[in-house]
Amino acid sequence: MNLTQTFASVVASSQIDANNIEPTVNNPAVATGAFSYMWLLLALPLLGAALLLIGGKRTDKWGPYFAIAMSCGAFVVGAIMYLKMLGLPANDRPVNLHIWDWVIVGRFQAPLGMQLDQLSIVFVLLITFVGSLIHIYSLGYMKHDPEKRKFFAYLNLFVAAMLLLVTADSYLLLYVGWEGVGLASYLLIGFWMYKPTAATAAKKAFVVNRVGDVGLSIAIMLMFVTFGSVTFPGVLNNAAEGNPTTMTWIGLMLLLAACGKSAQFPLQSWLLDAMEGPTPVSALIHAATMVTAGVYLIVRSGPIFDATPTARTVVMIVGAITLMFGAIIGCAKDDIKKALAGSTMSQIGYMILAAGLGPVGYVFAIFHLVTHGFFKANMFLGAGSVMHGMNDQLDMRRFGALRKVMVITFITFSCGWLAIMGVPPFAGFYSKDKIIEAAFGVNWIVGAVALLGAGITAFYMTRLWTMTFTGKSRWTEDNKHPHESSSVMWIPMAILAFLSVVAGFMLAGAIETWLAPVTGFEETELAVSSLVMEAASLALVIIGATIAYLQYRRDVPLVAPQHVSPLTVAARHDLYGDAFNEEVFMRPGQWLTRSLVFFDNRGIDGLVNGIAAALGGLSGRMRRIQTGFARSYALSMLGGAVLVIAALILVRT
Amino acid sequence: MSFPWLTTIGVIPLIGAFVIMLLPKASNELAKRLAVVFSVIPLILVIAMALQFDADSTAEFQFVESHSWIRSFGISYSVGVDGISLVLIALSVILVPLVILAAWNDADDAMGSVKGYFALLLILETFMVGVFAATDVFLFYVFFEAMLIPVYFLIGRYGGPGRQYAAVKFLLYSLVGGLLMLAALIGLYVVSAQELGTGTFDFTTLTNLNIDPGTQKLLFLGFFIAFAIKAPLVPFHTWLPDAAAASTPGTAVLLVGVLDKVGTFGMIKLCLPIFPAASAFYAPVIIVLCVVGILYGALLAIGQTDLKRLIAYTSISHFGFIGLGIFAMTTQGQSGSTFYMLNHGFSTGALFLIAGFLMTRRGSRLVADYGGVYRVAPVLAGLFLIAGLSSLSLPGLSSFVSEFLVLVGTFEKYTVAAVIATLGIVLAAIYILYLYQRTMTGPVKAGCEKMTDIKGREALAIIPMLVLLVALGVYPKPVLDVINPAVDRVMLQTGQRDPEPAVKPLAESGPAKQEAQRVVGTVEGGAR
Repeated sequence: MNLTQTFASVVASSQIDANNIEPTVNNPAVATGAFSYMWLLLALPLLGAALLLIGGKRTDKWGPYFAIAMSCGAFVVGAIMYLKMLGLPANDRPVNLHIWDWVIVGRFQAPLGMQLDQLSIVFVLLITFVGSLIHIYSLGYMKHDPEKRKFFAYLNLFVAAMLLLVTADSYLLLYVGWEGVGLASYLLIGFWMYKPTAATAAKKAFVVNRVGDVGLSIAIMLMFVTFGSVTFPGVLNNAAEGNPTTMTWIGLMLLLAACGKSAQFPLQSWLLDAMEGPTPVSALIHAATMVTAGVYLIVRSGPIFDATPTARTVVMIVGAITLMFGAIIGCAKDDIKKALAGSTMSQIGYMILAAGLGPVGYVFAIFHLVTHGFFKANMFLGAGSVMHGMNDQLDMRRFGALRKVMVITFITFSCGWLAIMGVPPFAGFYSKDKIIEAAFGVNWIVGAVALLGAGITAFYMTRLWTMTFTGKSRWTEDNKHPHESSSVMWIPMAILAFLSVVAGFMLAGAIETWLAPVTGFEETELAVSSLVMEAASLALVIIGATIAYLQYRRDVPLVAPQHVSPLTVAARHDLYGDAFNEEVFMRPGQWLTRSLVFFDNRGIDGLVNGIAAALGGLSGRMRRIQTGFARSYALSMLGGAVLVIAALILVRT
Repeated sequence: MSFPWLTTIGVIPLIGAFVIMLLPKASNELAKRLAVVFSVIPLILVIAMALQFDADSTAEFQFVESHSWIRSFGISYSVGVDGISLVLIALSVILVPLVILAAWNDADDAMGSVKGYFALLLILETFMVGVFAATDVFLFYVFFEAMLIPVYFLIGRYGGPGRQYAAVKFLLYSLVGGLLMLAALIGLYVVSAQELGTGTFDFTTLTNLNIDPGTQKLLFLGFFIAFAIKAPLVPFHTWLPDAAAASTPGTAVLLVGVLDKVGTFGMIKLCLPIFPAASAFYAPVIIVLCVVGILYGALLAIGQTDLKRLIAYTSISHFGFIGLGIFAMTTQGQSGSTFYMLNHGFSTGALFLIAGFLMTRRGSRLVADYGGVYRVAPVLAGLFLIAGLSSLSLPGLSSFVSEFLVLVGTFEKYTVAAVIATLGIVLAAIYILYLYQRTMTGPVKAGCEKMTDIKGREALAIIPMLVLLVALGVYPKPVLDVINPAVDRVMLQTGQRDPEPAVKPLAESGPAKQEAQRVVGTVEGGAR
């Protein structure tokens, strides 16, 4: 397919959907037929996790295969639900399954129920499909790990929690999935917890996410006092009636939650450290699915953000800042996983930005989320394959020339590389350019940031690609024989690579129509034709990629040069995110904790002991009267009893 | 006359204690086994009783027994349960056998005799059942004070280093509170005598008095301070870390898990219904105290270097939450607090017992002496993590349900307090995961290499608590259904109502309305 045809198809697809679509009322029908089995989505992976964890070593042999079966089973259930939904008219697609009453106290009524609609099914398919591929890949990647069974149990746990997150029918139940994925993430980042760095990174991820959870908690509380409900229909259908200030606060609190989970500024610092986890985890949780939960939360809460332009603007700005933040960090990292993590941060920035644009952006946020899920998972698995072949080496300065020895990885990775840069007709082209266009339609500064981001993306991704696969080999002594990974690893990569190529083309246009009944959709009004926009972004991509290629195809020093620009230094230090946290929160916090411990021991308790000492002098004299403790105790009891009776007799009249 | 459920449940452990004390000196093993038997029978009886409990009964108390005791002062032996006390009695009788199992070897090298230890635990159980079942306020007071005696000896004779200091400190604090309560109790008697002609200590009669607000405020303080010391709320808390650290893990579980709940139980069941005006008057101050307690306890927990002191401080933070929900005076807050009392008993109980298992193996209370334990004792580490996650109220576990209900219930009336209290969830993550990181992860520390994994008896003590935490997190309905009507009654007695939501739901379309009716229908159906 040539470029012109692709452009034509994009133009054509946008013409089809030229009329704007209002979201329908969130009023799912009671699930019947096949839909009444949607609980299997949660039950299967949960069963896998429970069996493998409780069964212990007895399940070592067959456990991983069982976990794969459970994950694939969930995908099959999801696919059946999708096909069933496809056969229904758009407004009949949302369904609700009430499982049982959960938290019911007075007016507070949170059922344990699942809601499946056009938005959640997209996530269900993405999670179970990419999840299953990564389960299979892990069979190869974790082959020699003594705790392989636990790893698969945690992966199943993650899939179950993530599916709960996207199928919950209330914000309170969503919260369970929300922290459930956080727990799985904690366990998997810290999977090799004999390494202190891994244990620290895991704790950091959980704690920073908890800061976001404060936002989610407050948002849910605000929803309850405002609408008397925490279910999606109860909140979202009434959102337009809410007081604008309240709506803004709810929106901002949801954004805080999203910032934690999706590593957005200012809660981004945990994601780079999270790369301590095994690489399949980085691919599944910290690239393709969990970190995009914040985007889901905002898009799901669309009616709330529709009622508050202020919160929407803040969402957009946070997205724009993170987009640049992640991209700049990505440019300076020599650790292949950290460079990819910076990129993830940046790409989610694009999604959050799109979500902040409102109905013109919701569908593109989800579109980019899906394509990113494919190409980023693909590239992380590729990075894992490289590490596998290179004795767990992460430093790209020690790579180079790998295209010759790892042909399949090189090809699949290249598909992801072209997709993320947005080169037509690869997947990212369709999703990212739509976001850039929509951003220009709302605010030209934000549009310009998104456009510039595309150029930087091209730079850091080409830098990564060039340093790893081209040029001369810079392998270290113990890494002299890099090799291609086994088929159990490269087949999932190949499938994801294929999707990195075609997913954008396949979904463009269709995904707008599919999601619009839930998210609403408005066509972007642009001053210039979208063709000009696309040409501009492509030009920037070519410039960024060329600079990087020219710079890094030649000799790359084995040790990172120290005389570099202040920006590079800053980017190497994650733009001082950690330094800021350390100075502003950690050190004052430690000081506060220490001084409070001192105060509690010497202050409050000192006072108590002081009084006790003073009384002690008195009791010392009394002790002379008494000889044994038991006797004195009996005496004081008797004295007390006499006092009580005397008092009662006195007051009786 | 119907079967005296509560008296039977209360007396059986006492009989057990006597039987154990009569055993010959060398029969330690038999004493332990008998202790299990005599603590399991009450558990079975409470289950049987709970199955007959009618949550929607119009009577305030069920399984009522009443016998005149000191007629001239209107004191009677009256016991009965409502949803709140039933939950706490259930907590007590579940924890005691588990503690006995876990504490199997706790007293082997102690100053006191082994049989004495288990007899004291059983005596304590009798008093715990009594204090929660009493519907005569004087009887409540008697049990309240009587509990001090077994606990004093459990700490002072069976504890670790610093036990004498801790035991006396515990006793003095409690006696001060008890004295204040006694004074208020006498005052209450006087007030009832003035209003009714004859004085009474009957709880239901007392709730119907019209006590003048000025008097209420005074009497309220007497009761409240006693309960705030017992619970304990900041700044009455410093006895707890010492007591918990010096006592055996088993004692610590009953002390923090059950005994301290008598304080919060007294707040919701005595302070609020008998002194509604004073409760409303003092509520804002107490709310502030509780919020301070939540953050203060959590920050101090982060800074502790001693395993058991650390867990004790997390409890101080948790008691802040419980007090917060009670004095927010909303249905959600109070149901949440009551449920919190139950969940906290299990999560903190599990934490203390596992800390005890660690200490038995390593012989140290210091966090710094542990490291990399998950490599040598993976199951123990895993159970520790689950208990910890429950302590930090991970959604999906029952402690989340109760903590969120407390927060949302508080938010309805005290928005700022609730928002500040919510910051406690970040601190909770820090104190638990930092503890886990220091003890369980990293390379195996010298001295930890030979630690063994959890044994069958120990697992038997821990796993029921964790199973309950998970099961009630997913399906809390059986407990909430029991608590809710009792809390509704407290709200009614206190003259409080939940605030209305700001936005009235739109005129609902057909299916939505049906949906709403269906949900309401199942709620009513379930309750029936």
